[in-house]
Amino acid sequence: MARILSILVGLFFTVALAWSFGLGFYTWATDPAAPTAEHEFHLHPKEVAFASDGAFGKFDKQQLQRGFQVYKEVCSACHSLNHVAFRDLAQLGYSEGQVKAIAAGFQVPGVDPTTGEANLRPGLPTDYFPKPFANDVAARAANNNAVPPDLSLMTKARHEGPAYVYSLLTGFQAQPAELLKEFPDSKTPNGLHYNPYFANLNLAMAPPLTGDGQVEYGPGNPKPTVDQMSKDVSAFLIWTAEPSLDKRKQTGLAVTLFLLFATVLGYMAYRNIWAGKKH
Amino acid sequence: MSFPWANEYKPSHPFMQWMDDRLPLPRLVFNSVGAGYPVPRNLNYFWNFGFLAALCLIVQIVTGIVMAMHYAANTAVAFDTIEMTVRDVNWGWMMRYAHANGASMFFIVIYVHIFRGFYYGSYKAPREMVWLLGVVIFLLMMATAFMGYVLPWGQMSFWGAKVITGLFGAIPFVGEPLQQWLLGGFAPDNAALNRFFSLHYLLPFVILGVVILHIWALHIPGSSNPTGVEVKAESDTVPFYPYYVAKDGWFIGVFAIVFSLMLFYFPNSLGHPDNYIPANPMSTPAHIVPEWYFWPFYAILRAFTQDFFFIPAKLMGVLAMFGAILVWFFLPWLDKSPVRSGSYRPLYKKFFWFGLIPAMAVLFYCGGAAAAEPYVMISQLAALYYFAHFLIVLPIVSAIEKPLPLPYSITESVLGTDEAAQLAPSGSV
Repeated sequence: MARILSILVGLFFTVALAWSFGLGFYTWATDPAAPTAEHEFHLHPKEVAFASDGAFGKFDKQQLQRGFQVYKEVCSACHSLNHVAFRDLAQLGYSEGQVKAIAAGFQVPGVDPTTGEANLRPGLPTDYFPKPFANDVAARAANNNAVPPDLSLMTKARHEGPAYVYSLLTGFQAQPAELLKEFPDSKTPNGLHYNPYFANLNLAMAPPLTGDGQVEYGPGNPKPTVDQMSKDVSAFLIWTAEPSLDKRKQTGLAVTLFLLFATVLGYMAYRNIWAGKKH
Repeated sequence: MSFPWANEYKPSHPFMQWMDDRLPLPRLVFNSVGAGYPVPRNLNYFWNFGFLAALCLIVQIVTGIVMAMHYAANTAVAFDTIEMTVRDVNWGWMMRYAHANGASMFFIVIYVHIFRGFYYGSYKAPREMVWLLGVVIFLLMMATAFMGYVLPWGQMSFWGAKVITGLFGAIPFVGEPLQQWLLGGFAPDNAALNRFFSLHYLLPFVILGVVILHIWALHIPGSSNPTGVEVKAESDTVPFYPYYVAKDGWFIGVFAIVFSLMLFYFPNSLGHPDNYIPANPMSTPAHIVPEWYFWPFYAILRAFTQDFFFIPAKLMGVLAMFGAILVWFFLPWLDKSPVRSGSYRPLYKKFFWFGLIPAMAVLFYCGGAAAAEPYVMISQLAALYYFAHFLIVLPIVSAIEKPLPLPYSITESVLGTDEAAQLAPSGSV
């Protein structure tokens, strides 16, 4: 009886699935989904290497400082860095005095001590990076109805984040003729910019790094080509998303070595205890 | 209960004697995971995963309590408090990654533990209660993990919560009011986040309670073993301490190495990048997917794309998703074969390795893939086999299958001979 009941319940689910499968298969075979421009022209991020890659990789602090410079001089006009405080910049190798000077170079929201009214004051190391727009409405109004996303976690918030940021920055180009030929309706709308590394191919951000030397690097640094600046700012954003990366890998090495040692000892103890006991 | 030859607890120190007369807690430990618990000598490494699961639960509770010290369940700041923990709390990044990856490790361990049970028939008499409590633990784990994933209030947290709580809306008549009552609103918001946090803190301790019942129920008949032949004599067993303490002990090392490689070198590989974007109810992610450990059941939910007679497709999906786990409760009565171990069941073994395992693997893959063809069709076939396996194949196989001859005893299976077997009438098991 239980057996018959179970087979009946089984048939209920399997027949329902077969029904869904059959109709789905019919639709798929007779009326396949039309290809889309996104599906055919979207590209995976480019291959790019960073000093922090791999199990033993560490941040290149010189590169992080260059990346910070690119963020400060270019990206920060539109993109916030909400989770990073000026004090964190000490990790990039800046001295206490330099951190204070960098912070003082930013105007942050404050309160006038005499009138109590909101004002702007020079930043302190304990302050966080100020937001470029007062709110999302202001951000939309200034950016063709798109809100520039916060960059603090950007390299963790996209698949293959660091390579994605680098590819996006270096991937602006004219819309390919084949795309327009195949999808005449998919012309990049006015005010948007074609970039095959962006999920839906057209984004509101204009190419931010347009010419070599746009940011002036100090002596002893590589030439600030668009490619170099893109790499540097991507490296900087790896750091903003994961400041503990170096410490994490160092800790991991110590922990894993200790565990290997302990496990070998444990295995030897196990062999010793079970010696002579067939199992 | 235990076997008559189990070592007896004999406190030697006067304090332990005093304690034993008043609160025999050391005796309980001795009889549960000490020298007083005889265990089959032939357990293979799949039997280590129960101990590992208990360890995972403890890791989650400890790291979770620390995370809760720095977390605020408020939609305005929840995301920021987690980032603050990671950036500014000493070793906060490690706690966070240990808790998030610890959940994944817990599910890896528990899936191995459950499928060990499927293969070796661990659910059969006299261990039905162990099995039923185990399924309860699994359901509680899923609820806890789901609510925990909502707490960071990232994009996937919000949209995952919206999809999963939306499932209650599929229930006829009472669905929508029920959904609003559960959420405390029309969509996941502050009220939902608060109650999820409350429950996420509560449920692990409920799990701990059910785990104690699970282990208690296990200790009545004692552990099963790879032959499925019950323990007959002292030569079949070894005391848990030191034998299995040593075996579990070194294997914990292996587990810890895998865990630490995940935690320190690939901490985000099992998470979805969208959860590093703060929740935004106005922007739907391109693909809403739950955490990987829900993928098989998510694939089953999405496999029902057509209304079935008068039952809407969504309701069918919800029924099937819950049914896919609830069917495990009936396993002891669906599989009536008197032989426990799959090793002695040629037909069952084939359906296990070439049916259930591939179907489960496909469901895992499709559950994480986009809801597009051909993944939906593939998942429909896999889900079809999944239900057929438990509800049609098992009852029929257990009726028609001719099992292989079983060894007389565990001792015989290990040593090739058992003195007691010579004395027993031939063919008796």
